[in-house]
Amino acid sequence: MKLVVAILLGGIFGIVLVKSEVISWFRIQEMFWFQGFHMYGVIGSAVVTGALSLFIIRKMQLKSLTGEEIRPRPKPFNKVGNLVGGIFFGLGWALTGACPGPLYALVGSGYATLLMAIGAALLGVLTYGALKRYLPH
Amino acid sequence: MKAFVEWISQPWPWYVAGPMIGLMVPLLLILLNKSFGVSSSLRHFCAMCIPNRMEYFKYNWRAEGWNLLFVAAIAGGAWLATTFIPNANPVEISAQTTAQLQSMGIHDFTGLAPQDIFGWEQLGTPVSLIVLLIGGFLVGFGTRYANGCTSGHAIMGLSQLSPGSLVATVGFFIGGLIVSWWILPFILQLL
Repeated sequence: MKLVVAILLGGIFGIVLVKSEVISWFRIQEMFWFQGFHMYGVIGSAVVTGALSLFIIRKMQLKSLTGEEIRPRPKPFNKVGNLVGGIFFGLGWALTGACPGPLYALVGSGYATLLMAIGAALLGVLTYGALKRYLPH
Repeated sequence: MKAFVEWISQPWPWYVAGPMIGLMVPLLLILLNKSFGVSSSLRHFCAMCIPNRMEYFKYNWRAEGWNLLFVAAIAGGAWLATTFIPNANPVEISAQTTAQLQSMGIHDFTGLAPQDIFGWEQLGTPVSLIVLLIGGFLVGFGTRYANGCTSGHAIMGLSQLSPGSLVATVGFFIGGLIVSWWILPFILQLL
């Protein structure tokens, strides 16, 4: 059942990513050149929706269908890691025009050459795994 | 039915898409008690494939199976949308962006990404190698170093008002601005 839910939600997310064209390399360049509002509108309204939902969940003390309390753990605050890692990712985001979700979505949309980008991303993750203890966080 | 398909095939405006993406946060929490995030899937794939040699990959990735199905379904959903409700027109980016990209040597504006860079015929050219291999590597390395990507930090993290996610999101933009303004124009000269 849980796995069916994961597939359904992922599928909906994939459809939205394609239909809103946020996985478009053109849209990413437009965003970073500050020439269009679309991407800011999508990300901004997603954050507002997410934040409002979390507020309501907390206020009403909603439980998840699994019966547990909903207390999403905030990610740890790593000043250097968040910033420097974030910059590295930003460089890749503007080059490929895709963050991880869109990478999968673009491959699904038929942009098969982006499989190479996913392969390279896995190599990047392996490299991070190997270097983690030497890197400042 | 035909009218509905035509209607839904048009590009979805930001005020429809953004809230739908934002709703992933409560839906995942309520239905699965999981936090929205995509880039961790890359770590799970690595953990799956390599033996327990590295500390970073020693954990029970099987417990994160939902995340692997979630990202596989992203590709599946994208295929469905592209196959059954495709947008017949080019992406409506601003005229300014189109002109600027044209002046940099981009000719193909028909799909979601230019064939000049992402087409099969271009595979192996310097530009495609830089974009796909270096770009992809940076996406993987950077998201794990930052411990999250656009979904985990910019959407889930900012929704939680987490300071680390704000710092990471600022980092995403610093990196993106550096490439779009100062590096991409040089790379595209190789086209």
